[in-house]
Amino acid sequence: MGPQHPSTHGVLRVILKLDGEKVIGTECVIGYLHRGVEKIAENRTYTMFAPYVDRMDYIAAISNGLGYCLAVEKLLKVEAPPRAQVVRVILTELNRIASHLFWLGTHALDIGAITPLFYTLREREEILKIFEDYCGARLTTHAFRIGGLQYEVHDGLERQVKDFCDYIVPKIDEYEELLTNNRIWVERLKGVGILTADECKQFGVTGPVLRAAGVQWDLRKAQPYSGYEKYDFDVPIAHGADTYDRYVVRMLEMRQCVRILRQAVEGIPEGPILAKVGKVIKPAAGEAYVSIEAPKGELGYFIVSDGSTQPYRLRVRPPSLINLQALDRMVRGGLVADVVAIIGTLDIVLGEVDR
Amino acid sequence: MAEQEKPEGGAKPPAGGHAPPKPPPGMAATPWEGELVNDVKRQFGAQILEASSYLDQNFFVVAPEAVISLLEFLRLEADFDYLVDLTAAHYPDRENQFDLFYILYSFARNERIRVKTSIAETATPSTAVGVHLTADWLEREVFDMFGIRFDGHPNMTRLLLPEDWQGYPLRKQKTLIDMDNRWVQENLGIESGQ
Repeated sequence: MGPQHPSTHGVLRVILKLDGEKVIGTECVIGYLHRGVEKIAENRTYTMFAPYVDRMDYIAAISNGLGYCLAVEKLLKVEAPPRAQVVRVILTELNRIASHLFWLGTHALDIGAITPLFYTLREREEILKIFEDYCGARLTTHAFRIGGLQYEVHDGLERQVKDFCDYIVPKIDEYEELLTNNRIWVERLKGVGILTADECKQFGVTGPVLRAAGVQWDLRKAQPYSGYEKYDFDVPIAHGADTYDRYVVRMLEMRQCVRILRQAVEGIPEGPILAKVGKVIKPAAGEAYVSIEAPKGELGYFIVSDGSTQPYRLRVRPPSLINLQALDRMVRGGLVADVVAIIGTLDIVLGEVDR
Repeated sequence: MAEQEKPEGGAKPPAGGHAPPKPPPGMAATPWEGELVNDVKRQFGAQILEASSYLDQNFFVVAPEAVISLLEFLRLEADFDYLVDLTAAHYPDRENQFDLFYILYSFARNERIRVKTSIAETATPSTAVGVHLTADWLEREVFDMFGIRFDGHPNMTRLLLPEDWQGYPLRKQKTLIDMDNRWVQENLGIESGQ
């Protein structure tokens, strides 16, 4: 299957070993989008490398940027000022909704429900407009800077985000009306691609896949960053550990994002948007691992600094790659038709798998 | 921009010539103490070379032969049941050229630690697949990028690059230029001019 199969969300090639319609083994062939991001990092200064991270998970570029900035800030021992932190949360949560919307549309499309894609992309457009107003870019935004924000917020951001919150909640209800109790949707997803909590931990699978297996674990709660401890929100879980429950968890997560957004826009503090980091970013020699809860799971950056202006070694821990590794376990014993559903439910972005 | 060799100033072995496995010189790590450290030291003794903390992140530096049994011990006795990441770094001027990093997390303790070891260029460290299934692709990626072979791995092949790829890109020597030259010569039949 693949590498150009439309349901593989990019260039993923899966070699299937079949017994009739039953899958008895798989092998993933990846690397078609490998651009050597980690090597590029070694040859760029910390500032120059920042835009590259947006090109990994291009559906959630802002999360990538946030993780990278937090990792370098950790090495520099600085923290973004309060105003920057709140704006970071707003943009990251908007991006989480955008990522989940895109996932929902394409996942439904894979399964045969064509309509939701048009609706979800319409709503995603509203988010991209906010990004465009903030920084001029829609997908690969490079919205943050090491130490804070790239730009001061534009006039009317609060209004835009509030309007969006009011707009999206009925839309999510609408998707749920279309799908949640839809007989075909339920039949195609229930009990498909089960990955239990123990298996998730063995494979290092995180994000909505882990939460749908009943583990209430979200880095925003477990090890808060960027002031997430100040917001009141829940970490939705489900217990079925199947494709349907992962759908349920992501839908609930979008509603929680709206909750966070409403709280965040109420209190954007005044103040500087950039901490004192100096023009030349030169962290002391040392190493640090910093991770955030990206829409797809734990996104980590491990940086070894040798005290120069360039990272000595920069490692990205991509959630997509590690979640994809569990594909084999999930599809074994199932039907060929379900492979498409399971690739969709993992919510991978091949740009991040291959880096 | 062509690859520029970075000054290796921070990573040179000390004047004695014999480089003990330790973090890059200059990392101002502080000792890490606690119950877990005591338990691990009691179990592994001299194989634990260092237990330190830098930027509130704790790590063990251990002898290469102790890594797998330490991962197993941490998993079974201390609930570090999630291997977050496994990666390496290359220090060409050192005797033990590679550092291997294992990043672990415990859901029960909500704690993250690292296990670090130094190995020689020719070493074949044991695979961690028996302890954490995640290690399968992660070790393949380390092999792909650094050329470190893991002993006992079920499928020690390249993960991201094509099977017939020459060289290991994340090593520090002039790998990028070499790769570029080779590719241009083989495929275009001219000098690359890099």
